[in-house]
Order: sequence, then structure tokens, then C-alpha cells
Amino acid sequence: MVQYCQTHFDASFGALSDATRRGVLEQLGRADASITALAEKFHMTLTGMKKHVGVLEQAGLVTTEKVGRVRTCKLGLRELQEEAAWIERYRQLWGARFDELDKVVEELKRKEKVDGRKNRK
Amino acid sequence: MDERTESEATPTKNRTAVERKSERELVVTRTVDAHVRLVFEAWTKAELFRRWWVPKSYGLTLLSCEMDVRVGGRYRLVFSHQASTMEFFGTYLEVTPNSRLVWTNEEGDNGKTVTTVTFDENSGKTLLVVHDLYPSKEALASAVASGSTGGMPETLDQLDELLVSLRSSSVTK
Repeated sequence: MVQYCQTHFDASFGALSDATRRGVLEQLGRADASITALAEKFHMTLTGMKKHVGVLEQAGLVTTEKVGRVRTCKLGLRELQEEAAWIERYRQLWGARFDELDKVVEELKRKEKVDGRKNRK
Repeated sequence: MDERTESEATPTKNRTAVERKSERELVVTRTVDAHVRLVFEAWTKAELFRRWWVPKSYGLTLLSCEMDVRVGGRYRLVFSHQASTMEFFGTYLEVTPNSRLVWTNEEGDNGKTVTTVTFDENSGKTLLVVHDLYPSKEALASAVASGSTGGMPETLDQLDELLVSLRSSSVTK
């Protein structure tokens, strides 16, 4: 699991280290596009663009689908799913933390009652 | 954001909400059934803070907790988990009693994340808003990618595993 995270992390970073690939992600964020369209947009050969898309695909950032003779690229879901899972774990951490905080605060309340209402003044 | 009605229906179970506000911001909100004075105390006195900051179910031990809660004061928390230890440290930037706390998180290598906590009392209850501002979009993205919780270091991979197992065990219950 740790290994997997690390590998994925490296792959994502590798994929994002290139300006063209970042541009492709931005482009796909706006709309799906064929490899041919992307190659034109970034003034590249089809082979060059295929390589870039391959790297992004490996990192799970992009998915491609071939319909007829056209290969369409779209943003991968992995990033979004991971983010949702991470946010849920983060919420659970804070939820657990706040449940403990409740206990501490309840104790403070009880103490205050016992001490009388001196603090009110 | 306005989920407070829910907490009135079930007073013992207040809801914790997390929202990604922007590319650099995460916001956690929660209502506590107590006057702000007590809640603020629990956030600023080390002997109280250490009792709740690390949930017991997480298998982490807080070895030490030093907090000098005043503007420019430092804090340092040291945890152990299995064989490793980790440290969290930073500086308080703002301390407004019963209202606002701001501190930096300096342990990460992606720059400082700034945490702002606001305390807002309303009819005897206190709304807490914990706002984390990451130094860059990339810092938050890499926290997400590495599965860490709040920009913590690599040992969080282990915490992750623990959380996954906690989660699956709570599902089977």
C-alpha cells in the first residue's frame, strides 16, 4: 500500500513535471479532445503527443478511449476519487478529535459548576 | 455550511464538516455545546489540548506537548506511532482570547501552512471554524496525493493504513 502510494505519487509528479503535459491537462479540463486535436494545439507531431498522453495515462491523470479511428482523451478520475477519499479521512480525523474535545469541555463545564459561579463576575 | 439545525435535533452528535474552499484552502467546521470561554481554554492550555488533539482510536501517543500561546510564541508536539516519532511545530501569529487563533505549521517541506481557528458563540454553543491555508496549490495537492492529514510527513502513510483498517472495521460493526 505504501509502495503503491509512492509509485503513484512519483508517476503523478513525473507526469506533471512537463509544461506540455500540464497544458494538456488544462486543455482537457475544459473539454475532451482527440490526440490529433491536441497535437495540433500544441504544435507537435502525432507521435510526440501520443507519448505525452501515454505518460499522463500511466499516472492515472488521463483516460483515453478509441471510437472508430479517433482516440479521445479525457481527464482521469483517479485524482478526484483520491481527493474525495482523502477529504473523508480528514473529516473522520477531525470528527474523532472533536468528540474528544467534547469530553474535555464537558469536564470543564462540570468543574465550573462545582466551583460555583465565581467566574461569572 | 449551515448544518447547525442538525446539531439541535441531536444535541449529543454535532456534525463535523470539511470543505475544500479553494486550491489552497481547507475548512473544517463543528459546533461544540459550551460557552466559548471553555472551548478556547481547551485549545490553549497544553494539559487540556493534549487530551483531545490526538484521537485515542488512532494509535498515536503524544510524547510531549509544549504550547506558548501568545503572539510569536512557539508550539511543539511530538508523537510516537509504533517505532517512529514525528514532530509538529510552528508559531502563533494571532491570539485573540475567546475569538481567534492563528498559527503556522512549519514541519512540512512545502512551505508553511497557516491555520486559523475562529470561535463564535451563539446561544451558549460555540461554532468552530478551522481554516488551513496551504502555501501553494501544489502543497495541498501533494498532501492529498501522499494521503497525509494536514501536511504531515511521511509517517502518515502508516496512519493512512490504520485509518483504512479502522474504517473497514467500523463498517463491519
